This record gives sequence, structure tokens and C-alpha cells, in this order.
Amino acid sequence: MEILEEKKNKNKKYKPILEGIPNWPVYQLSKNRKEFIDEVTRQSIERIRELRPSNKQLLDDLQATAYREQNRIKRNRWRVDPKDDSAFWSKIKNELVELSTRNPDELTEAVNQLLEKIVYRYASEIAGNFKPSSYRFAREAVKFWFARLLNGARVKKFGAFFRNRYTLRDKIHIVGKVKLLRKLARKGTVVMVPTHFSNLDSILVGWIIHEMGLPAFIYGAGLNLFNIKIMAYFMNSLGAYKVDRRKKNLPYLETLKMYSNLAIQKGAHSLFFPGGTRSRSGMIEKQLKLGLLSTAVEAQRTCYNSEGEQRKIFVVPVTLNYHFVLEAPELIEDYLSTKGQDRYFPENDKYGSFQLIRFMIKFFGNRSNISVSIGPALDVLGNYVDEEGNSLDAHNRIINTKDYFISSGELTIDRQREDEYTRMLSQRIVAEYHKINRVFASHLVSFIAFEMWQKKYHQLDLFNLLRLPEEELEIDYQEFRATFKRVRKQIYLLKEQGKINFASHVKGKVDLVINSGIDNVGVFHLNRPLLKNKKGNIVTKDLSLLYYYHNRLAGYGLEQFI
Amino acid sequence: MSSEHNSSFSTDEKPVGVIGAGSFGTVIANMIAQNRNVLLYARNADVVKHINEKKENRGYAIHPNVQALNDLATLADKCDVIFPIVPSSHFRAMMQQLAPYLHPYHMLIHGTKGFDITLPAGETVESVEKLDRSRVKTMSEVIQEESVAVRIGCLAGPNLSKELAMRQPAATVVASHFQEVIQTGKKLLKSDRFQVYENNDIVGVEIAGVLKNIIAIASGALSGLGFGDNAKGLLISRGAVEMVYLGRALGGDLKAFLGVAGIGDLVTTCNSPKSRNFTVGYRLAKGEKLNDIIADMKEVAEGINTVRIAKKCADTYKVRALITDRLYRVLFEGLNIEEALEFLMRFPLNMDIDFI
Repeated sequence: MEILEEKKNKNKKYKPILEGIPNWPVYQLSKNRKEFIDEVTRQSIERIRELRPSNKQLLDDLQATAYREQNRIKRNRWRVDPKDDSAFWSKIKNELVELSTRNPDELTEAVNQLLEKIVYRYASEIAGNFKPSSYRFAREAVKFWFARLLNGARVKKFGAFFRNRYTLRDKIHIVGKVKLLRKLARKGTVVMVPTHFSNLDSILVGWIIHEMGLPAFIYGAGLNLFNIKIMAYFMNSLGAYKVDRRKKNLPYLETLKMYSNLAIQKGAHSLFFPGGTRSRSGMIEKQLKLGLLSTAVEAQRTCYNSEGEQRKIFVVPVTLNYHFVLEAPELIEDYLSTKGQDRYFPENDKYGSFQLIRFMIKFFGNRSNISVSIGPALDVLGNYVDEEGNSLDAHNRIINTKDYFISSGELTIDRQREDEYTRMLSQRIVAEYHKINRVFASHLVSFIAFEMWQKKYHQLDLFNLLRLPEEELEIDYQEFRATFKRVRKQIYLLKEQGKINFASHVKGKVDLVINSGIDNVGVFHLNRPLLKNKKGNIVTKDLSLLYYYHNRLAGYGLEQFI
Repeated sequence: MSSEHNSSFSTDEKPVGVIGAGSFGTVIANMIAQNRNVLLYARNADVVKHINEKKENRGYAIHPNVQALNDLATLADKCDVIFPIVPSSHFRAMMQQLAPYLHPYHMLIHGTKGFDITLPAGETVESVEKLDRSRVKTMSEVIQEESVAVRIGCLAGPNLSKELAMRQPAATVVASHFQEVIQTGKKLLKSDRFQVYENNDIVGVEIAGVLKNIIAIASGALSGLGFGDNAKGLLISRGAVEMVYLGRALGGDLKAFLGVAGIGDLVTTCNSPKSRNFTVGYRLAKGEKLNDIIADMKEVAEGINTVRIAKKCADTYKVRALITDRLYRVLFEGLNIEEALEFLMRFPLNMDIDFI
């Protein structure tokens, strides 16, 4: 097995690029939390009034908001929701009714006051609460306990628990453009946009940001994560702000966007998951949510418009690569039951603090590794950026990013144009995800096994295929092996063309790589997606799960080599 | 920034650039000149001299606000808005020359109805195994690939140069993802005799404008054979269906085909002896050879090349395109026009419309 070990991680420990927490933009934000919330409130109101200039339109929206909020409280209540939620919204509703009796000259004033109440509440709810003391504590706690778990589980000797032979860096590999990212984080504001597969992503990403020596980022985390107490603690101390996906009303969305927008403008490095929610299918995101992404474009334009220093914004795509996704069975079930319908996914997290810790122990005891690929930095239009922070075109000529916002010689505000830029940026990010995606042996064996079954039963559609009894499915090992070699060769070719990346363990001897893939894929699930039977042939215990892990390699056109 | 021909409306605004001094380019330059100063680029220095001295080009009088030049760097420097109107076969080369001078603030609205193809070395449209969308590009895609310009639009619709020059009523579509581009195009082109419509499906509009040239050649051929309006009505409606299928395979949306740039342009070109593509079909039917016709046309009939490309694409994407296919055989494989027509009339088809 030793050949299959990941190459020794070259990553030395990176020195922090900013000494001392007080210099961090995220700390500055939380120190002036109150002022910041006030500013977010003020500017959000301005924006909402711009979008809904007449009182009539705005009132319609506020009524819809109040109605939906009350509905949410009735139907879908979470532990993190404030106690006075219900009282607050019935009061708002009463005030809305009362408004209809006001005479027209007072109306605008009254509507604005009401709007302010709502927006202020949202802004306070969204705002993060970064505390240096608990940041330090959480950071050290994570490092200490992870190291204990790792050493205790791996080195099976008495006392190993207190050794430091293995560190997290052996377990989690950071590859890609780390140096570039560190340089640019000093020159401008970084907006990191990772793929999203698991609830653990948020914590993982918090750790790698620290590990790369970067100051804490502010980041958007789903409010559902705050239901889990231990997560909530870490998220808060890592500087997270809360994104509540149940709230789809105009005042909330505008407030959320303004929060991100202003934080980026103030130079706080930011992170959010542009897919919006965890990938249900296991595929790399193809369609991104444009809301938060648009704040990067808007913040860049505002920076160029400002008198002072014109900070540049760098968008950095990141992919998180796992052998195993804790929630995979639920995710794929969601996906299959709603395929073809674009409906809201209920966030029912079955994992409490206990399950999470148990998973950690298993994870660290296993050889299962995680790798994080840091992509090349892009400007807000998706152009590559060099070490000096210059945007480059396809022929390496320098582009002045400000020119994208210039019309007839002047910087102009054109929201439709910026929506289009956001769409272009999102396509560039998706393309980069596919390029920096790091193939593991487990992804490859899943992909091949599933595709071979699909080919064998080509007359069945996906749902009928998934309904086949697992006992009937068996692939002859030699046949599997031959296909594996063929597809792996194709992956090498794709890598040469810069279209994909793979972990070094994929390059080992065929049988060893296949074995390690099968051993690792979805290793902690009750039903293993892939196994070898006594004859040495390939079988599955859960085809839907296999489909989930297979999807990681969808979209590269590899099907034709099966 | 001001040009020699100052007039009350355009002294303080930058001139507008037009690249390509063919008939359509010249006519567009003249139309814009009613609203702004125009710099008209021609590849050939003699043509530039001729335009500036004689105030005439290809039989069209040149508006006093139009100045010809031979230098892309100057054009890009002086103009924020540029209309590239050159044949599709030269488009990419032109963009490669222009690209170093372009900045993200430039706005490009092209008026070229043809495809760009990139083939592996040594291959031809016929020899290549597959011709898919990665090798066939619309002009807006070429602009995006070759330059930093993103604010891109296109002109499409029934715009016969001769009629436009006579200021007969007509309309065009300006298509772009950017409202800003559409509004600028409208402002620059609009006059009391020229209506400008908006569309945001730029690729759909481009594809519709390109594919209609195929049907235009076929329509010319019908006229050349001496057939009447029943035949033409049949061709146009079946031609439209074929455009929709091919267009969809290439990534266009149905809506673009029903608008001014689709049906509008199709009906116009299919009825007009003034259209170059129509003329090609007409003369073919009269018994002339394709090479002779091409040799003696002053300007490119985009449709001829489009037939080759569309035929290969139809094969690649397995789309049934009977008219394109027969026309291809007539143009390049020496099939008799009468035989082609007979085949089309006999082919067992019964469903009229099945795409809505």
C-alpha cells in the first residue's frame, strides 16, 4: 500500500501574512459591529427604495414578507430562531394594516419606518460576531484535538495519543495556487468561492484559511448549521455571517447582499458557497446562485468609484475533494426525489454534535484523506490575475478592470450590465472548478462501475436502473480493470490539456489503485457503494450512493470511453 | 476628437467606427452619419483615398460626416462604439488585428451573417469527421474569443443595402445581452424610416440570420426555374422549419426565429433579386456554373459557405435538413436542380409544425 500514499506534503507551515488580529479587517468589522449594522441597514433601505419606488409596490412586498415570515414560523421553525420571532411579525402585520388608514402625506414616512424595523432586524441577524479570544481558542482547540485524534488513531501504541507524529497537514492536503493567493491577499480583497458538498466544508475551509496564513475571512454559512451547537460555536468564532435560505423575500435578500457588498468594500476577505446549498447530486456545481456573487462585482465597481484607494477584488475558486461525504445518502435521496422539479429542499440535518464527533474519530483513524485545490485568482470578470494583481487577457496583455465599468469615458452604474458580468463570472468559476477538480481513485472506480452498469442496462432510464436489485449487479474484475485503464488514460490526457487534475495516488499500479478506490469510496456508510465479492468481482450494496459518488466525474465526456 | 465635418449634433461626442467598406458597411456608415461623425475603415488604401476624395463608394454617395481611414489603431483609439461589417471568412483575422487596440469599454455591434469555422490543419469542411459547435462560431463568439470586448451586439433583419440607401422603410434587430448596447445601437441607427427592435438572445439572432441565407439561395433557384408563388410559399415555410431545427441544434432559441431577424429576414431575402444569395440560386437555375457566378460577383454571397457548414453540422447533430442537403448536392456535387426539386416534392412528410 505504501506506493499509494499521497506524495509527502510539501506544504510547510505558512507564516501569517498579517501579524496580530487587531489588523484584520474582519476584526475591525466586528469591533464596530453596531456602526456596521447601521450602515448596512441604511444602504439596504436606499437600495430597496430604488427597486420599489412607489409606496404601493413596497407595501405589497412588505405584506408578502410578513405573510411568508408568519408562515415560516408556523411550518418550519428552527432552534436558532429568536424567541420573539412570532411577536415581532404579528406586530409588523398589525402595523401594516394600520398603514392603510394613514393619509398620503404621512404614508412615505410611515412605510420607511416600518421598512427600517424589518431591515434592521435582518441585518442584526445576519451579522457575524467575530471575537479574537474565542477565535484563538477555537483555532487551538481544533488543532489540539485533531492532532490527538490523529495520532491516537494512527499510531497504535500506548502513549501515541500525546505524540505529534501526524498533524492535520498530513490529513488535509492543500494544493494549487497558494502562493498567489497569499500575495494577492496583501494587495487586495479576496473573495473565495468553494464547491459545497458537505456541512463539514465550512469548518474545513476555516481551518485551511488559517493554515495558509491568511487572516480570518468573513463567510456566509447556512443558518441551518447554527442549529448544531458545536458547529455554531466554531462558526461564530471563525467570523461567519448567517444566510437563511428559508427567507426569500426582497428586504432579506437585499440586506444580505448589502452586508456582503459593504464588507468586501471595506476590505474584509470573504467566502461564500456560490452553489447556494450542498450539491445534492454529488456533481460539481454547474449553475451558481448569482445573488452573493453579484456583490463582488458591485463592490468592485464601488471601489473604483471611490475617492480613496481603489482596492482590487480577486475571486478565487476552490474545490474540496473527499472520498466520503457524511450526508451523501440523504443528499442523493433529495436529489432523486426532486429531479426535474426546482423546489425548495428542506434542511433536515440528522446530524447532531454527537454524530459529528463520532464521524471525526472515524475519519482520523482512517487513511481517508481530504484535498483542497486552490484555483487561480480571477478578477470580477473572470480574467486571470498575475502576482502583481494585474488582469491578463488570453495573450497576456494587461487589462484595466476598471474599463469594464466605463461608458463614454466615465464610470457608470448599470445594474443590468453588472447582472450580465455576474453571469459571465459564474460561468468562469464553474469552468475553473472543473479544471482544478482533483480526481481520487474512489471517484474513478465509482464512475466506471456505475457507467458500466448503465451501459449494460442502457434500455432503462436512471430511475429504473436504480431500482434494480443490487444482488443482480456484478462486474467481472478483468473487464472492470480494462475499462479502468482506458478511462484513467483519458484522465491523463485531460490533465495534459489542463482540463482536470488528479491526486498522485491515482497513478499507481492498476490493481492497487482500484483496491484503494474501492476501500475508500463512501467508507463509513452503512451500505458500501462499492465492494469486491469473494470471486473478486465488483458489486454494490447501494446503487444510489454509487450514483452520487459517480457524479463527481460527470461533465467531462468520459462516458464514451466505458 | 472633433472631425473635419462638424455639425451641430456631434461635436462633443466621439465618432463611431465602421469596419468594412462593402455595400452594407457603407450604407450603415451613411445611416449612422445622420446622427454622428463616422470613421469608416477599409483594408485597401486606394478605396480609402477614393472614398475621401470622390465621396462615393460602390455606387453609393458618401455622407459628409463619414471619413474613411486605413488604420485600425486610430479607429479604436477615437471610437468607443465600433460596427465590424466584414465577410465571415475574414472576420477572425480582422479581429486579431484589431484586438490589441481594444479595451473593455469598447462596444462592438457587428453586421455579418455567416459562421466562423476552425478546422484541424489539413482538413476541409468536407473531410473533417465531425463539425460541432466547438468548431463553428458566430461572430459575437469570435469577438469574445479574440478580444477583451464584452459589450457585444449584432445587427440582423431584412436590411437590403440598396433599399436602405434609398431610405425606404425598413427595420433591424439589435441583439445583445447588454441593454446598454441595444440602446446605443438604437440611438445611432434609428431614423424616421428605420425602426430598430430589441432582442437579448444574441446567438439565436445570429444563427437565424446566417441560416436564412440557405433558403434564400433555394428561393432564387425556384424563381430561376420559373415557378410561382405557391412554390415559394412552400419553400419559405418548410425552410423556416428547417432553420428552427438546425438552429436549435446549434444553440439558438425558437423565439429568435419567429422575429424580424428570422421570418422577417427570410421572407425578404427569398423574394428579392437584390439579395446576393438569391441571385446565386437564380443564376444556378438558369444553368450557370457556381464558379462562374462566384467569379463575377463583386461581393461575397455568405450563403454558399453556409450551406457547406450547415450540411456538415446537420450530419454531425443528426438533424434532418432536406433542403440544405439537396442544395449542397446541387452546389457542390453537380446534382441537377430539377432532380433535387423532384426529390423534395416526393419525400414523404406529413406533419406541418411539430416544434411548438
